[in-house]
Amino acid sequence: MADMPIIDHDKCQQCGLCASICACGALVADEKGSVSIIEVEKCGWCTLCELVCPYGAISCPFEIVIERKPDQD
Amino acid sequence: MTATLDFISSVPYFAGLDGPVLKAIGRHVFERKAERGEILLFEGHPTDALYFVVAGAVKVFKTSADGKEQIFSIIRPGDSFNDVPVFSGGVNLTSAEALGPVVVNGIKKTDLEAVIREYPQLAQNVIRVLSRKVQELVSLVEDLSFRHVTGRVAKMLLEYAGDGDGERPRLTQQEMAAMIGTAREMVGRSLKSLEEEGAIRVERNRIIITDLAALRELAGVA
Repeated sequence: MADMPIIDHDKCQQCGLCASICACGALVADEKGSVSIIEVEKCGWCTLCELVCPYGAISCPFEIVIERKPDQD
Repeated sequence: MTATLDFISSVPYFAGLDGPVLKAIGRHVFERKAERGEILLFEGHPTDALYFVVAGAVKVFKTSADGKEQIFSIIRPGDSFNDVPVFSGGVNLTSAEALGPVVVNGIKKTDLEAVIREYPQLAQNVIRVLSRKVQELVSLVEDLSFRHVTGRVAKMLLEYAGDGDGERPRLTQQEMAAMIGTAREMVGRSLKSLEEEGAIRVERNRIIITDLAALRELAGVA
Protein backbone atom coordinates (compact mmCIF):
# COMPACT_ATOMS: atom_id res chain seq x y z
CA MET A 1 0.00 0.00 0.00
CA ALA A 2 1.22 3.52 -0.79
CA ASP A 3 2.65 5.65 2.02
CA MET A 4 0.23 8.13 3.52
CA PRO A 5 0.51 11.39 5.45
CA ILE A 6 0.97 10.71 9.15
CA ILE A 7 -1.78 11.96 11.46
CA ASP A 8 -0.83 12.47 15.10
CA HIS A 9 -4.17 11.98 16.82
CA ASP A 10 -2.77 13.29 20.12
CA LYS A 11 -2.07 16.66 18.49
CA CYS A 12 -5.18 16.72 16.26
CA GLN A 13 -7.83 19.09 17.61
CA GLN A 14 -10.40 17.81 15.08
CA CYS A 15 -10.84 21.17 13.37
CA GLY A 16 -11.25 19.40 10.02
CA LEU A 17 -9.26 22.06 8.14
CA CYS A 18 -7.00 19.51 6.44
CA ALA A 19 -9.94 17.53 5.10
CA SER A 20 -11.67 20.69 3.90
CA ILE A 21 -8.70 21.74 1.76
CA CYS A 22 -7.69 18.27 0.53
CA ALA A 23 -7.89 18.69 -3.22
CA CYS A 24 -7.30 15.00 -3.84
CA GLY A 25 -10.27 13.79 -1.81
CA ALA A 26 -8.06 11.48 0.21
CA LEU A 27 -8.88 12.98 3.62
CA VAL A 28 -12.32 13.23 5.17
CA ALA A 29 -13.56 14.50 8.51
CA ASP A 30 -16.61 13.08 10.25
CA GLU A 31 -19.24 15.30 11.86
CA LYS A 32 -17.05 15.68 14.96
CA GLY A 33 -14.09 16.79 12.83
CA SER A 34 -12.14 13.58 13.35
CA VAL A 35 -9.97 13.10 10.27
CA SER A 36 -9.36 9.86 8.45
CA ILE A 37 -7.56 8.91 5.30
CA ILE A 38 -10.10 7.03 3.25
CA GLU A 39 -8.73 7.10 -0.28
CA VAL A 40 -5.07 6.17 -0.08
CA GLU A 41 -4.60 6.01 -3.83
CA LYS A 42 -6.05 9.49 -4.31
CA CYS A 43 -3.39 11.17 -2.16
CA GLY A 44 -0.96 12.97 -4.46
CA TRP A 45 1.33 14.16 -1.61
CA CYS A 46 0.61 17.80 -2.33
CA THR A 47 1.34 18.45 1.40
CA LEU A 48 -1.41 21.08 1.66
CA CYS A 49 -2.85 19.28 4.70
CA GLU A 50 0.49 19.54 6.48
CA LEU A 51 0.81 23.19 5.49
CA VAL A 52 -2.58 24.29 6.84
CA CYS A 53 -2.73 22.26 10.05
CA PRO A 54 -2.50 24.80 12.89
CA TYR A 55 -1.49 22.10 15.37
CA GLY A 56 1.31 20.36 13.47
CA ALA A 57 -0.73 17.18 13.67
CA ILE A 58 -0.22 15.99 10.12
CA SER A 59 3.07 15.42 8.37
CA CYS A 60 4.09 14.43 4.86
CA PRO A 61 7.71 13.28 5.00
CA PHE A 62 9.75 12.75 1.83
CA GLU A 63 12.24 10.02 1.16
CA ILE A 64 15.36 11.35 -0.61
CA VAL A 65 16.98 8.85 -2.95
CA ILE A 66 19.61 8.80 -5.65
CA GLU A 67 18.32 7.37 -8.92
CA ARG A 68 20.07 4.21 -9.97
CA LYS A 69 20.97 4.31 -13.63
CA PRO A 70 20.54 1.06 -15.62
CA ASP A 71 24.32 0.84 -16.16
CA GLN A 72 24.85 0.89 -12.35
CA ASP A 73 22.98 -2.42 -11.85
CA MET B 1 23.36 -4.58 30.36
CA THR B 2 21.05 -3.53 27.51
CA ALA B 3 23.47 -2.46 24.80
CA THR B 4 25.24 -4.99 22.63
CA LEU B 5 29.01 -4.84 22.51
CA ASP B 6 28.81 -4.80 18.71
CA PHE B 7 26.80 -1.59 18.85
CA ILE B 8 28.98 0.03 21.51
CA SER B 9 32.12 -0.70 19.50
CA SER B 10 30.51 0.97 16.44
CA VAL B 11 30.03 4.23 18.33
CA PRO B 12 32.87 6.68 17.52
CA TYR B 13 33.35 7.43 21.24
CA PHE B 14 34.27 3.82 21.88
CA ALA B 15 36.06 2.95 18.62
CA GLY B 16 39.21 0.89 18.94
CA LEU B 17 38.68 -0.05 22.60
CA ASP B 18 39.33 -3.60 23.83
CA GLY B 19 36.56 -6.06 24.66
CA PRO B 20 36.95 -5.79 28.47
CA VAL B 21 36.78 -1.98 28.28
CA LEU B 22 33.67 -2.16 26.08
CA LYS B 23 32.12 -4.61 28.56
CA ALA B 24 32.82 -2.22 31.42
CA ILE B 25 31.24 0.65 29.47
CA GLY B 26 28.27 -1.54 28.54
CA ARG B 27 27.42 -1.98 32.21
CA HIS B 28 26.67 1.77 32.43
CA VAL B 29 24.60 1.97 29.25
CA PHE B 30 20.81 2.15 29.42
CA GLU B 31 18.20 1.93 26.68
CA ARG B 32 15.34 4.29 25.90
CA LYS B 33 12.63 4.02 23.23
CA ALA B 34 10.45 6.76 21.74
CA GLU B 35 7.78 7.20 19.08
CA ARG B 36 7.68 9.83 16.33
CA GLY B 37 7.28 13.32 17.80
CA GLU B 38 8.33 12.34 21.32
CA ILE B 39 10.78 14.76 22.94
CA LEU B 40 13.85 13.00 24.26
CA LEU B 41 15.59 16.13 25.59
CA PHE B 42 14.31 19.58 26.42
CA GLU B 43 16.50 22.62 25.80
CA GLY B 44 17.32 24.32 29.11
CA HIS B 45 16.73 21.25 31.26
CA PRO B 46 19.60 19.92 33.39
CA THR B 47 21.83 17.58 31.40
CA ASP B 48 21.57 14.00 32.54
CA ALA B 49 23.27 11.87 29.92
CA LEU B 50 25.00 11.43 26.58
CA TYR B 51 22.86 9.56 24.03
CA PHE B 52 23.58 7.36 21.00
CA VAL B 53 21.02 6.48 18.37
CA VAL B 54 20.72 2.71 17.95
CA ALA B 55 17.81 2.68 15.48
CA GLY B 56 15.77 5.41 13.81
CA ALA B 57 16.64 9.10 13.66
CA VAL B 58 16.59 12.00 16.12
CA LYS B 59 16.20 15.69 15.31
CA VAL B 60 18.38 18.07 17.35
CA PHE B 61 17.02 21.61 17.33
CA LYS B 62 16.49 24.95 19.06
CA THR B 63 13.28 26.98 19.11
CA SER B 64 13.21 30.79 19.18
CA ALA B 65 10.90 32.82 21.42
CA ASP B 66 8.52 33.30 18.48
CA GLY B 67 8.42 29.58 17.73
CA LYS B 68 10.86 29.44 14.81
CA GLU B 69 12.79 26.21 14.72
CA GLN B 70 16.39 25.71 13.65
CA ILE B 71 17.48 22.11 13.19
CA PHE B 72 21.16 21.60 13.97
CA SER B 73 21.43 18.01 12.88
CA ILE B 74 19.60 14.77 12.25
CA ILE B 75 21.26 12.07 14.32
CA ARG B 76 21.42 8.64 12.73
CA PRO B 77 22.36 5.21 14.11
CA GLY B 78 25.80 5.15 15.70
CA ASP B 79 25.96 8.91 16.18
CA SER B 80 25.57 10.80 19.46
CA PHE B 81 23.71 13.82 20.76
CA ASN B 82 23.84 16.03 23.85
CA ASP B 83 27.64 15.80 23.74
CA VAL B 84 28.62 19.38 24.60
CA PRO B 85 26.63 19.96 27.81
CA VAL B 86 27.63 16.53 29.12
CA PHE B 87 31.24 17.66 29.10
CA SER B 88 30.81 21.39 29.74
CA GLY B 89 28.18 21.04 32.46
CA GLY B 90 24.99 23.04 32.77
CA VAL B 91 21.80 22.52 30.83
CA ASN B 92 20.83 20.95 27.50
CA LEU B 93 21.77 23.40 24.74
CA THR B 94 19.23 21.94 22.33
CA SER B 95 16.09 19.83 22.29
CA ALA B 96 15.92 16.38 20.72
CA GLU B 97 12.87 14.81 19.11
CA ALA B 98 12.26 11.35 17.64
CA LEU B 99 11.65 11.55 13.87
CA GLY B 100 10.05 8.12 13.93
CA PRO B 101 10.20 5.11 16.25
CA VAL B 102 13.67 5.28 17.76
CA VAL B 103 15.86 3.33 20.14
CA VAL B 104 18.64 5.19 21.87
CA ASN B 105 21.32 4.16 24.32
CA GLY B 106 22.46 6.56 26.99
CA ILE B 107 25.23 6.85 29.52
CA LYS B 108 24.83 9.11 32.53
CA LYS B 109 27.14 12.09 32.81
CA THR B 110 28.62 10.85 36.09
CA ASP B 111 29.15 7.33 34.70
CA LEU B 112 30.79 8.72 31.55
CA GLU B 113 33.15 10.84 33.60
CA ALA B 114 34.07 7.82 35.72
CA VAL B 115 34.68 5.67 32.62
CA ILE B 116 36.96 8.33 31.08
CA ARG B 117 38.92 8.59 34.35
CA GLU B 118 39.33 4.80 34.41
CA TYR B 119 40.13 4.44 30.69
CA PRO B 120 41.99 7.60 29.59
CA GLN B 121 42.38 6.26 26.02
CA LEU B 122 38.71 7.23 25.62
CA ALA B 123 39.66 10.90 25.86
CA GLN B 124 41.24 10.87 22.39
CA ASN B 125 37.98 9.59 20.90
CA VAL B 126 36.08 12.30 22.79
CA ILE B 127 38.32 14.97 21.25
CA ARG B 128 37.77 13.50 17.76
CA VAL B 129 33.97 13.43 18.17
CA LEU B 130 33.77 16.96 19.58
CA SER B 131 36.05 18.25 16.79
CA ARG B 132 33.71 16.72 14.21
CA LYS B 133 30.73 18.37 15.92
CA VAL B 134 32.51 21.74 15.71
CA GLN B 135 33.21 21.13 12.00
CA GLU B 136 29.51 20.41 11.42
CA LEU B 137 28.51 23.63 13.19
CA VAL B 138 31.06 25.66 11.17
CA SER B 139 29.61 24.14 8.00
CA LEU B 140 26.09 25.11 9.13
CA VAL B 141 27.16 28.71 9.85
CA GLU B 142 28.87 28.83 6.43
CA ASP B 143 25.71 27.56 4.70
CA LEU B 144 23.44 30.02 6.51
CA SER B 145 25.80 32.93 5.88
CA PHE B 146 26.97 32.44 2.32
CA ARG B 147 24.88 29.89 0.42
CA HIS B 148 21.64 30.89 -1.33
CA VAL B 149 18.49 28.94 -0.45
CA THR B 150 18.40 26.71 -3.54
CA GLY B 151 22.05 25.84 -2.92
CA ARG B 152 21.25 24.99 0.70
CA VAL B 153 18.37 22.74 -0.36
CA ALA B 154 20.63 21.04 -2.90
CA LYS B 155 23.34 20.46 -0.26
CA MET B 156 20.79 19.13 2.24
CA LEU B 157 19.42 16.69 -0.38
CA LEU B 158 22.96 15.44 -1.04
CA GLU B 159 23.59 14.96 2.68
CA TYR B 160 20.37 13.07 3.35
CA ALA B 161 20.07 11.03 0.17
CA GLY B 162 19.95 7.28 0.56
CA ASP B 163 19.70 4.40 -1.85
CA GLY B 164 16.04 3.74 -1.07
CA ASP B 165 16.67 1.00 1.50
CA GLY B 166 14.56 2.90 4.05
CA GLU B 167 17.45 3.47 6.43
CA ARG B 168 17.61 7.23 5.93
CA PRO B 169 15.25 9.55 7.82
CA ARG B 170 12.31 10.94 5.89
CA LEU B 171 11.95 14.70 6.09
CA THR B 172 8.95 16.99 5.81
CA GLN B 173 9.34 20.28 3.96
CA GLN B 174 9.02 22.02 7.34
CA GLU B 175 11.90 19.97 8.72
CA MET B 176 13.99 20.73 5.62
CA ALA B 177 13.26 24.44 6.09
CA ALA B 178 14.26 24.30 9.75
CA MET B 179 17.51 22.57 8.83
CA ILE B 180 18.59 25.18 6.34
CA GLY B 181 17.23 28.26 8.11
CA THR B 182 14.49 29.30 5.72
CA ALA B 183 10.72 29.25 5.34
CA ARG B 184 8.83 26.15 4.23
CA GLU B 185 7.56 27.96 1.13
CA MET B 186 11.15 28.61 0.04
CA VAL B 187 11.88 24.88 0.22
CA GLY B 188 8.92 24.18 -2.07
CA ARG B 189 10.11 26.82 -4.54
CA SER B 190 13.69 25.55 -4.43
CA LEU B 191 12.58 21.97 -5.07
CA LYS B 192 10.63 23.17 -8.12
CA SER B 193 13.67 25.12 -9.30
CA LEU B 194 15.94 22.07 -8.88
CA GLU B 195 13.38 19.98 -10.76
CA GLU B 196 13.36 22.52 -13.62
CA GLU B 197 17.15 22.33 -13.71
CA GLY B 198 16.83 18.58 -14.18
CA ALA B 199 18.79 17.77 -11.02
CA ILE B 200 15.89 16.09 -9.19
CA ARG B 201 12.45 14.64 -9.84
CA VAL B 202 9.67 14.70 -7.24
CA GLU B 203 7.45 11.63 -7.40
CA ARG B 204 4.74 11.78 -4.77
CA ASN B 205 6.63 11.30 -1.48
CA ARG B 206 10.02 10.66 -3.08
CA ILE B 207 12.61 13.22 -4.07
CA ILE B 208 14.77 11.46 -6.62
CA ILE B 209 18.19 12.83 -7.44
CA THR B 210 18.41 12.28 -11.18
CA ASP B 211 21.61 14.19 -11.93
CA LEU B 212 24.08 13.97 -9.07
CA ALA B 213 26.74 16.09 -10.81
CA ALA B 214 24.25 18.88 -11.56
CA LEU B 215 22.95 18.83 -7.98
CA ARG B 216 26.51 19.03 -6.63
CA GLU B 217 27.18 22.00 -8.87
CA LEU B 218 23.99 23.74 -7.74
CA ALA B 219 24.97 23.00 -4.12
CA GLY B 220 28.36 24.53 -4.72
CA VAL B 221 30.22 21.45 -3.52
CA ALA B 222 32.97 19.70 -5.39
